[in-house]
Amino acid sequence: MVSLTGLWFGSGLFCSGLLSWLLEPLSFTFMQQAIAVGCLLGILSAVVGSYLILQQMSMMGGVISHAVLPGVSLAFFLNLNLAAGAFVAGLFSALVVVGIEMRSRIKVDAAMALTLSSFLALGIILINRLKTNQIDLNSLLFGDILGVSNQDVWQAAIITALILILTRLFYKELEFYTFDPTGAQACGLPVKIIYFGLICAITLTIVASMQTVGVLLVSALLVGPALTAYLLVKELWQMMFLGAVLGMATSTLGIYLSYYWDLPSGAAIALTIFSAFLLAWLFSPSQGLLNNPENRQYLSALLKNIDRR
Amino acid sequence: MLEVCDLAVGYRNHRAINDISFCLQPGTISGLFGPNGAGKSTLIKGILGLVPILQGSIRYNSLPLKRNLKKVAYVPQRNKIDWDYPVLVENVVMMGRIPTTGWFRKPSRNSRRIVASALARVGMSDFARYPIGELSGGQQQRVFLARAIAQEADLFFFDEPFNNVDYQTEDIIFDVFQELKQQQKTLLVISHDLSETITNYDHLLLLNQRLIASGDRHNVLTNQNIQQTYGRVLVNSY
Repeated sequence: MVSLTGLWFGSGLFCSGLLSWLLEPLSFTFMQQAIAVGCLLGILSAVVGSYLILQQMSMMGGVISHAVLPGVSLAFFLNLNLAAGAFVAGLFSALVVVGIEMRSRIKVDAAMALTLSSFLALGIILINRLKTNQIDLNSLLFGDILGVSNQDVWQAAIITALILILTRLFYKELEFYTFDPTGAQACGLPVKIIYFGLICAITLTIVASMQTVGVLLVSALLVGPALTAYLLVKELWQMMFLGAVLGMATSTLGIYLSYYWDLPSGAAIALTIFSAFLLAWLFSPSQGLLNNPENRQYLSALLKNIDRR
Repeated sequence: MLEVCDLAVGYRNHRAINDISFCLQPGTISGLFGPNGAGKSTLIKGILGLVPILQGSIRYNSLPLKRNLKKVAYVPQRNKIDWDYPVLVENVVMMGRIPTTGWFRKPSRNSRRIVASALARVGMSDFARYPIGELSGGQQQRVFLARAIAQEADLFFFDEPFNNVDYQTEDIIFDVFQELKQQQKTLLVISHDLSETITNYDHLLLLNQRLIASGDRHNVLTNQNIQQTYGRVLVNSY
């Protein structure tokens, strides 16, 4: 009886502790805004990232995110909107990759490697020559979600709403195209326009995420939650839905960890996302490494051998 | 009638296939044969406008086929598909209904009925709610056949439908071909199986960069044609 009361009391203490752990940071406006942006981008990246993964062009996210640098630099120099500059440059890099791939025997991964580093180099030269190094390169590269403004929240909200509406409108065509591109083309679907639309959506997502996790870590947000969901579901919409939930949860958790342990926010989010992925990879009911009988036998044999030593 | 006239297709200054002219009649099953690298897939892709053509014209009932793609069902080679894609069998078949459904619309009740009966026709009704990746190769091929049926097209193109499929699937595919033939559809099938199944085709085309021969079995399968297509003489004769 005594122990039961103790347990009740203890868990009550723990709960109230957890509650204050969760609620305390929310009294700051910057934390509210950070979590709002984190959740919006969690949804946005999971939806767009699902297509990216299923199209087998996850690396395209990396290319576009690095390629925004010259655009940002030029926009800063010309006193234009940085996001617009980033969008144009990112889109252009994707077109360069597609152009090289289509008009030569070069495979897409090699075209991506070349384009990524060349655009990055162009960005570095522009920043250097145009003396635009007042740009906060650190926050651009690594993100600073705790420094988001009200305007950033609105920008993320508008982009997320736009992409969600478009995905809903063209869901069946996009599913057909990403599953069987030649079959879709043979049916008369405008596959080039669909592909271009996807590239635009990816670039928009990266531009919106720049502020949060930075261009070097944006792939984590774009690919991670959707990939985690991919291990757990049977349909595309489930992948997007679960990916969005995971994206929101991991972003929020990452922001809390960043707040309490004084970690760089982008890196904290990226590693939280990877932890969630690891859990799914090991324990997924259908595809988990540790739920495969063969792997289990192998593991237990391995552990026995270690014991003997 | 499908008329292919003086077709040449190539990638980057290289002509993969050249000087191709033939006609396919409604209510016939045509088999397209040739060695690996002969350009069989390229020919079908050229006809469907999936790759740019260098010269020639493709007409269906006297109209350019490109404006008539809704009449076309195409089943690509199995290895061109990512079978790990998270999609249910019935939704794969429903993709065949997308051209008739149109933009911004949900599939009609009629479409759902057509999808269900197409799945039943290929013996896959019990698997409607399965992810496509959990099926065997033959079952996956039958699902794609069901998708082609659900399209209610007039022209059917199959790229190697018999690769790595079981005998049951092969029988079902040939049965469906016969039914489509009865419905006056036009079928073009890529295969490289010159065994007894060849009697299923009304019209044979032998391809190796150019069209070696086109016509009925007895006129096409001469030793000279086989020699020109495969570079060797086959022992069997039909």
